[in-house]
Amino acid sequence: MIGFIVHAKKDQVGVAVKDISAGENIEGWCMEDDSALSVISNKEIPLGHKVAITSIGKGEPVIKYGMPIGNATSDIRIGDHVHTHNLKTARW
Amino acid sequence: MSLPAFWGYKRENGRVGCRNHVVILPLDDLSNAACEAVASHIQGTMALPHPYGRLQFGEDLQLHFDTLIGTGQNPNVAACVVIGIEPVWTKRIVDGIAETGKPVAGFSIEGNGDLKTVEMASRKAKEFVQWASEQRRTECTFADLWWSTKCGESDTTSGLASNPAVGNVIDKLVKQETTVYFGETSEITGAEEICTSRAATPEIGKQFYEAWSAYNEFIKSTGADLMGSQPTKGNIAGGLTTIEEKALGNLQKIGKTTRYVGVLKPAQPARGKGLWFMDSSSAAAEMITLVGAAGSIVHIFTTGQGNIIGNPIVPTIKTSANPKTVATMSEHIDVDISGVLRKEMTLDQAGDALIAMMIRTLNGRMTAAEALGHKEFVLTKLYRSA
Repeated sequence: MIGFIVHAKKDQVGVAVKDISAGENIEGWCMEDDSALSVISNKEIPLGHKVAITSIGKGEPVIKYGMPIGNATSDIRIGDHVHTHNLKTARW
Repeated sequence: MSLPAFWGYKRENGRVGCRNHVVILPLDDLSNAACEAVASHIQGTMALPHPYGRLQFGEDLQLHFDTLIGTGQNPNVAACVVIGIEPVWTKRIVDGIAETGKPVAGFSIEGNGDLKTVEMASRKAKEFVQWASEQRRTECTFADLWWSTKCGESDTTSGLASNPAVGNVIDKLVKQETTVYFGETSEITGAEEICTSRAATPEIGKQFYEAWSAYNEFIKSTGADLMGSQPTKGNIAGGLTTIEEKALGNLQKIGKTTRYVGVLKPAQPARGKGLWFMDSSSAAAEMITLVGAAGSIVHIFTTGQGNIIGNPIVPTIKTSANPKTVATMSEHIDVDISGVLRKEMTLDQAGDALIAMMIRTLNGRMTAAEALGHKEFVLTKLYRSA
């Protein structure tokens, strides 16, 4: 069963399509090229929330849909929950 | 040549509706009580109460008139009774609606009082509703179809599935010569360059960018922090973190191959077939009221966390891909496409499911929002009244 979906090959985050528990080895699907990937979650990730599939340094842009969706406000590790605690808009 | 697609009501001006409402329309807040009294006396009529219409001026007043006239002109409205506090502005609304050739009459309260006005307006409403009840549906084509789309209480499942499914519908139905509106100006922030590039010509893209910039400058000029408003609390609970992320998901709705052919002011009707951008609020009720005033007869609304919006005259078909929302709020969802997230349904199949429900709705099936009595009629106000 798929645990997360990634929009584009360049993306650094995937979207949980089920509630994920900490330490779970989750299977992912990249929609752009229909490829499979997997990641181990560091924390619980609720359905609809993002999981990091690459590491991202503090201050760097976070890529989803192949586009920047804001900047990391702290260092993000593979498997981290990515949300308002570590990602902020570059707009307002 | 567009093939027969649905059964609709062909109106006097050739436009097609999928509902047959007799609307009792107040010019202003003061006239709500009389309109509601008429609607309670005369079965099959519907009042559209709202809080505005007094001491507005300039562009804001013009939008008030355009929205009320456009609502009365909408082909889903068979006939309309207008009630206002005074005769001059009331006549302005009546004359605007009368351009369609449909039955319309106006009544003003000053010099009559509520009771006499209600009696006169009720007699006319009774005549209209009996006339409307004899209108019959005829075969219509997709070329007759004006529709609209918007998302609300979006979450990440909107960008993954429900919005690209609508995009699939747009790509299919623009080829069938339909007329479609999208909008939500502030919610394109983060995807404005992409949206600019999706215009049919660079000039049209520039018009979009100017409309977007003007609103973005307004936000910045207020000095306010939009976090919590855009994205909303519901968006954030659903996993959307930033406006850029929300915008990129939102823009999945406009399809892959379609290019929008023009940029419209709020409530301004399209000037031809194809996809049109309307400069509009991202608030669901305001946006659907504006596209309804511009002639949309059916709306596809995608939701993640479960926005329950409906409109009194524009049937609002609701779809979601969030498996929790379709389970916990099933009475609000017309089309469940959560199978896309399980790889059980493709976006192409989801698009076809939406088109099938759109045709059923056009033929008369009540949407979930209609069955539940959602009639959110909300006028956009551009600035404070005098």
